[in-house]
Amino acid sequence: MTEQALDSDLRDLYQDLILDHGKHPRNFRVLDKHNHEALGHNPLCGDRLVLYVTTDPNGVIRDAAFQGSGCAISVASASMMTEMLKGKTLQQAETLFQYMHGACTGADITALGIGEDDADRIQALSGVRHYPMRVKCATLPWHTLQAALKDEKKVTTE
Amino acid sequence: MTSESSSPVCFAPEDELFACSAPQAFNAENYRKDFPVFQQQVHAHPLVYLDSAASAQKPRMVMETMQRFMEQDYANIHRGVHELSMRATEKYEAVRGVVRRFINAEHDDEIVFVRGATEAINLVVSSWGRKFLKAGDEVILTTLEHHSNIVPWQLLRDSIGIVLKVVPITPEGDVRLEDVKAAFSPRTKFVSVAHVSNALGTLLPVAEIIKYAHEKGVLVLLDGCQAVSHAPVDVRALDADFYVFSGHKLYGPTGIGVLYGKREILKTMPPYQGGGDMIASVSFSETTYKDAPHKFEAGTPAIVQVIGLGAAIEYVSSIGMARIARHEKTLLDYATEKMRGINSLQIIGTTANKVGIISFMMPGAHPHDIGTILDRQGVAIRAGHHCAQPLMEHLGIPATARASFGLYNTTADVDALVSALRKVQEIFA
Repeated sequence: MTEQALDSDLRDLYQDLILDHGKHPRNFRVLDKHNHEALGHNPLCGDRLVLYVTTDPNGVIRDAAFQGSGCAISVASASMMTEMLKGKTLQQAETLFQYMHGACTGADITALGIGEDDADRIQALSGVRHYPMRVKCATLPWHTLQAALKDEKKVTTE
Repeated sequence: MTSESSSPVCFAPEDELFACSAPQAFNAENYRKDFPVFQQQVHAHPLVYLDSAASAQKPRMVMETMQRFMEQDYANIHRGVHELSMRATEKYEAVRGVVRRFINAEHDDEIVFVRGATEAINLVVSSWGRKFLKAGDEVILTTLEHHSNIVPWQLLRDSIGIVLKVVPITPEGDVRLEDVKAAFSPRTKFVSVAHVSNALGTLLPVAEIIKYAHEKGVLVLLDGCQAVSHAPVDVRALDADFYVFSGHKLYGPTGIGVLYGKREILKTMPPYQGGGDMIASVSFSETTYKDAPHKFEAGTPAIVQVIGLGAAIEYVSSIGMARIARHEKTLLDYATEKMRGINSLQIIGTTANKVGIISFMMPGAHPHDIGTILDRQGVAIRAGHHCAQPLMEHLGIPATARASFGLYNTTADVDALVSALRKVQEIFA
């Protein structure tokens, strides 16, 4: 593989957006007044994050934040996810999950309606689809979101 | 016993003497040709395999020996009166002698074939542990044990109430004899420790540990998974009571491992599993068992894998374990120096007492990110907790990246690793 091909190959996974969020995660804190929380853990690689979500009585996500440690992909995924979630209804959050899951596994997601900005972010994360061992890194925060919203305290992916 | 070779002999003219220093004299390039796996490229790069501590690649002669055995001699063992069964039994039992010589045990019947080191430890815990340990008895382990030398003991603890005492390690990754001594109490009944740490490469002071334990009348099991493939092992010189290892890390097949136990100790132990081939006679009122090793080998064993293990041991013995150890030490020193030249790369486990394993971290780049970026450059390393989560917790880190060497690795492999690590630095700058 030439140097250029290698760079383009790796850059497909480690895009600037991912590297930026991986190094400087947004919403990286404990949410004081949250009403949903779950621990996501991948025992295989040691990735571990706690996700906090605050919803209002109308089922709209008011705030989302996380803390934990993991690889660049999982931290970036959690960081971007918390940004995307704010202001979304629970139904919209579910659609985002389906879209993310489909994008990372190569499923058909054309029928799922999400915003252009969200689609761009998920597009960046979905570089993992060419790296089967790394798909779980990107989807761990999203499985943790599902657990949090269903008030399951813990989710483990491997 | 492994064949101990003398220092590399050089017959070259004087001005070429330098070229005959140890790594060249070992000629890993030549041995590399014995391993068909290296005939490929990975992601369009020549394969640089630095994950032998997880599992070693297989030389052609191991595969051919297994294939030939299946084509010519295969049948179930210890059963038939027919020609093939007799041949298969003979070849299977002959491997006990090969293993005995390899680790310098005294008797063939001290060699028990198991699925791997994990099963060997479970066997000792279930058989010896359940018979001789009772609530409150103490078993000594160390912080750097592999899960396979922790969890079986925890199962016994939860079942009968033994107490596990864990010896800490130094910041350099060493286990100090005085810390092991300090863990002893009048209730200490057993010591179960790694010969070499799989995560850090640390060589433990096992001869001294065994000597001290024996003064106290305490038995010792050594987990030799990372030792047998890297250096000559002599269970009698060590005076180990039990010694366990897996075949697949020793260039042999998966699904086969060895439990060595002193004859008089094996004799006192009840069977581990019941079934065919381990009995002397069976009736519904009473069953009597064969002697060791057969009483521990219930059911049809991994016959073909045993043949493969024998071939693998013959292969490494023909090269010489002492020569392999020197070669890997040369690679370790070369790699350690090169990797220290990478800014911000931190080697975990800096003791001088180690074999060809380097655990490391790079701030800002998670070990899995390092592993992925290296893989795309054809360099295979391990990233993760190395089945040693208590060690990772002790070190305060979630995971490390680990490069480990085998007899087929060269300084060119190290150079490829270092160059690939610079790409990690570039991406995560």
